[in-house]
Amino acid sequence: MQLLIFYIFGFGAVFAAVSMVVARKPVVSALFLILNMLCLAALYAQLDAHLIAVLQILVYAGAIMVLVLFVIMLLNLREKSGAISRHKIAMQFIGIVLMGGLMINMVALINSDKIAAVGKMTEEFGTVAGVGKVLFTSYLLPFEVASVMLLAAIIGAVILTKRKI
Amino acid sequence: MPVPLHYYLILSAVLFTIGVIGVGTRRNAIVVYMSIELMLNAVNLTFIAFSRFHGDMGGHIFSFMVMAVAAAEAAVGLAIIIAIFRNRETVDVDEINLLKG
Repeated sequence: MQLLIFYIFGFGAVFAAVSMVVARKPVVSALFLILNMLCLAALYAQLDAHLIAVLQILVYAGAIMVLVLFVIMLLNLREKSGAISRHKIAMQFIGIVLMGGLMINMVALINSDKIAAVGKMTEEFGTVAGVGKVLFTSYLLPFEVASVMLLAAIIGAVILTKRKI
Repeated sequence: MPVPLHYYLILSAVLFTIGVIGVGTRRNAIVVYMSIELMLNAVNLTFIAFSRFHGDMGGHIFSFMVMAVAAAEAAVGLAIIIAIFRNRETVDVDEINLLKG
């Protein structure tokens, strides 16, 4: 049953990713990326990562992708002919083949033994309480640094869109 | 039966590779940015899979931080794209080549 869920959402994620890269219109690409993120959220839920699965839908698919869709509609891009760039097709083909070779090597490295993706876990693994306990004790410094980073991002985004600084 | 660990790793590798192909191939700057987001999502899946395998919550925390960085990157990256579009009326990465040597 778990294998069936993995196959359904895994193939859904790969199909959405390929469709995103291949689609001509940027709005269609954004919608396929949202589908990909929803399939990944289902896989996170299967891996007992409850908080991360909900955050994936709320933050990634619900905020970041909505922002991207706003920008796409704001810019109102004209459709250019063809989506592949003007460089030589041969170079792109070689690039894709090399990337495929890299992927095959990655797969060969990790396909060592069939270990199941279950380990010992506490009762609060992946829940909000479990993440909160670790986030505010052991990983407090990255949490505070992330808040400073978000402040820098806010200031940067506001400055970048001013016409006269 | 539980899903083997390397199934998740293979899926993450495939998604990452598709993202890299999207970054190197597409001409629209916004689709390039979305391929970068796809790569970040693939890495998130690896983190969560290993965190479940080891029973360690550090993978969840790191995935949290990756999401925070992706949100900040969304704001700044899209602001840059808007600023470029305002100046040059295009987001075609082939035509934004002022720094080309």
